[in-house]
Amino acid sequence: MTEAECAECGTTLDLADDLETGEIIDCGTCGAELEVIDVNPPVLERAPELEEDWGE
Amino acid sequence: MKIGMLYSRIRRDEKLLLSELRERGHDVTKIDVRKHQFGLHDTTAPVDDLDIVVDRCLATSRSLYATRFIESYGVPVVNSPETAEICADKAKNSLALAEAGVPTPETKVAFTKESAMEAIEAFGYPCVLKPVVGSWGRLMAKIDSRSAAEAILEHKATLGHYEHKVFYVQEFVEKPGRDIRVVATDGEPVAAMTRTSEHWLTNAAKGGVTENFEWDDEALELVQKASDAVGGGLLGVDLMETGESYTVHEVNHTVEFKALNEASDVDVPAAVVDWLEAKAAEKTAAEAVA
Repeated sequence: MTEAECAECGTTLDLADDLETGEIIDCGTCGAELEVIDVNPPVLERAPELEEDWGE
Repeated sequence: MKIGMLYSRIRRDEKLLLSELRERGHDVTKIDVRKHQFGLHDTTAPVDDLDIVVDRCLATSRSLYATRFIESYGVPVVNSPETAEICADKAKNSLALAEAGVPTPETKVAFTKESAMEAIEAFGYPCVLKPVVGSWGRLMAKIDSRSAAEAILEHKATLGHYEHKVFYVQEFVEKPGRDIRVVATDGEPVAAMTRTSEHWLTNAAKGGVTENFEWDDEALELVQKASDAVGGGLLGVDLMETGESYTVHEVNHTVEFKALNEASDVDVPAAVVDWLEAKAAEKTAAEAVA
């Protein structure tokens, strides 16, 4: 288990070991969607907003 | 094999695939398409030595262009840009299915509010209005009355992107509260599930309840024909039961399979990787002959 700080509210988040860059993490405190920018060490940024042509 | 994965967001589906590929010892290069440029002769994306590239872009527009460029560099890519182009657009998707003789809901495309209203009135109520590009059931409308039709058409014409001024009108299929999703590789079914909901939209993304589905010969044949109609690949074929038969309403080209993986006994990512290995081997064999 690794840790990183929420880019929105600053809460420390516990992250899974199989973290991938590009993965989306929800902050349990503020509800922000965060994108994993780096895994070693983990860096989180606010995830991009949903766009119209996303999804299958 | 050396495999590239085009992506801009890693969903559970991509994690399952990455995990399976790495467990089998494949050399995986993740390619975040947001970080690269795609030129007419080369790209900043590291694709030169790859045996195959699998497109897992979340955004349809990125998927369409990135696969087209990757293919132009002589790197095999699945799904192909031709398949993506048909599947990304509901109108092209419907036409391809109809041209291949696959039963699909009656559909009309109109370009003005007035002609769209004529199409809606000709179908009668309820009927369905969908965006030609879009997913997860967004902006789909089941139209129950003329006044609802007028309001929706007005909203789309006024507020929408130009693509929302292509009015895709479809008959409403009375399905038994569920539809069927089959994931197939070049027409060969991997696994299938039903998606049940009291809502007319049954997408897993909309909270449809999923359950394993046992296909029959007719469904098998339709999945193969629907896959061929759009050029093959790793596809999600959506069918609805019409009483005695099926109708195929859509084929998806960047199929999400996490819900199916949970609903069925089949190891879907393993089957997908089996298929990717076979596709990469085809390329190696073709190069050996050349």
